[in-house]
Amino acid sequence: MLIDWFTVLAQVINFLILVWLLKRFLYRPILDAIDAREKRIASAMADADAKKTEAEQERDAFQHKNEAFDQQRAMLLSQATDEAKAERLRLLDAARQESDSLRAKRQEALISEQQGLSEALTRRAREEVFAIARKTLADLAGETLEARMADVFLRRLREMDDAAMAGLKSAFAASSSPLLVRTAFALPPPQRAAIETALRETLGGKMQVQFETVPDLVSGIEIGSNGHKLAWSITDYLASLGKGVDALLKAQPKPEVKTGQNANENGA
Amino acid sequence: MHLSPDEIIYWQHGVFKLNATIAYTWGLMVVLALGSKLVTRKLSTGPQRSRWQNLLEIIVTGINQQIAEVGLRRPQKYLGFLGTLFLFVAMASLFTIIPGYEPPTGSLSTTAALAICVFVAVPLFGIEDQGLGGYLGDYLKPTVIMLPFNIISELSRTLALAVRLFGNMMSGTMILAILLTITPFVFPIAMSALGLLTGMVQAYIFSILATVYIAAATRARKPEPGTES
Repeated sequence: MLIDWFTVLAQVINFLILVWLLKRFLYRPILDAIDAREKRIASAMADADAKKTEAEQERDAFQHKNEAFDQQRAMLLSQATDEAKAERLRLLDAARQESDSLRAKRQEALISEQQGLSEALTRRAREEVFAIARKTLADLAGETLEARMADVFLRRLREMDDAAMAGLKSAFAASSSPLLVRTAFALPPPQRAAIETALRETLGGKMQVQFETVPDLVSGIEIGSNGHKLAWSITDYLASLGKGVDALLKAQPKPEVKTGQNANENGA
Repeated sequence: MHLSPDEIIYWQHGVFKLNATIAYTWGLMVVLALGSKLVTRKLSTGPQRSRWQNLLEIIVTGINQQIAEVGLRRPQKYLGFLGTLFLFVAMASLFTIIPGYEPPTGSLSTTAALAICVFVAVPLFGIEDQGLGGYLGDYLKPTVIMLPFNIISELSRTLALAVRLFGNMMSGTMILAILLTITPFVFPIAMSALGLLTGMVQAYIFSILATVYIAAATRARKPEPGTES
């Protein structure tokens, strides 16, 4: 008989023990290890997924921020550009205004300089002219001329209109001091007598007449008393001529100074 | 010349005896249990693991996958029984490369013991899964007339399991022994290699048949017809 029943029983028991042993030492630990590893891998994957999601979110947030930053930067840039443009325009305007005012000032300075120069020239010319005239007349003046002047003076005295005559009369009548007749040269006695007579006839009354020689008059005759004066002299003519020339110069419009418009016109 | 390792008796006291079958079975048990213990003592759950752990993981998951492919719903529940069947038979034939070793599966007592285990386990798993009525009802299908045939089938397939494994394992050892007397040198090595292959195939057949029987008993989703070899 090939089957030994004791051995069969022993082998059944052996097999059952082996099943228990292997369950205990092989299958359970191995399966547990596999499960643990799978869990670990799954958790690692889940973790990675979570991290990926988080990273994507962060990336999105970052992109969003970046875009916002770009927009803000562009906005600030355009704002700054606009401000710079405005500032440039303002500066240009200011510069233009300043240049205009400078030009105006320079123009004024030029004009005033020109005026000063022209005035100085005029004055100098006038003075020169007067000096020449004075010298010429002084050279020409003499007793003959003086006599002629006395004649002219007398004629004028006689031809004086009534209003002037009355003013002169009252002025001289009120004065107590003697009438002072000043001439550039000493008058000859007949002339002096003629003048005295004429004065007495004209002004009336008996007044003292005193003759005086004043070379400054250049040539001419002057009657003065107590602040009033009746005169005919070349100095007066020259003075009135000078006044006339001055008035004419002042009344003359200021000369236009033409300056080139060379300010920068670079538009913005 | 002996036909079965049962005949080599080291110690005997009355009905109790210690023959080569039991002794080598113990040896196998010690090797399997100790090896497993040594490897699983320091299991790693991380991506880095020892090659022994890798080997055991491949074996365990391979068996698990085979059970699942046959159609059992929860393979891990049957892994202990079916996996041990495969490992024991496979190791028993693998160790034939060691000179002087007698495979315990070359004894009809051992194969009968294993077949009896399957014979008992099948209804146990079936009843656990479908209940007693449900399991016994399977014997009356498709008609009541089939009841004796079903019972005969049950018994005959257990007998076939035992004899098939015994025949294959015993023949391997026998052929080796006979060949050694005729051509002592190179040829037995080739036959030994062939014997290894046959042993592995038998281990696979034995365990897969047991799986199929259990699957049929537990009314699996995809019961496959038992393929007898």
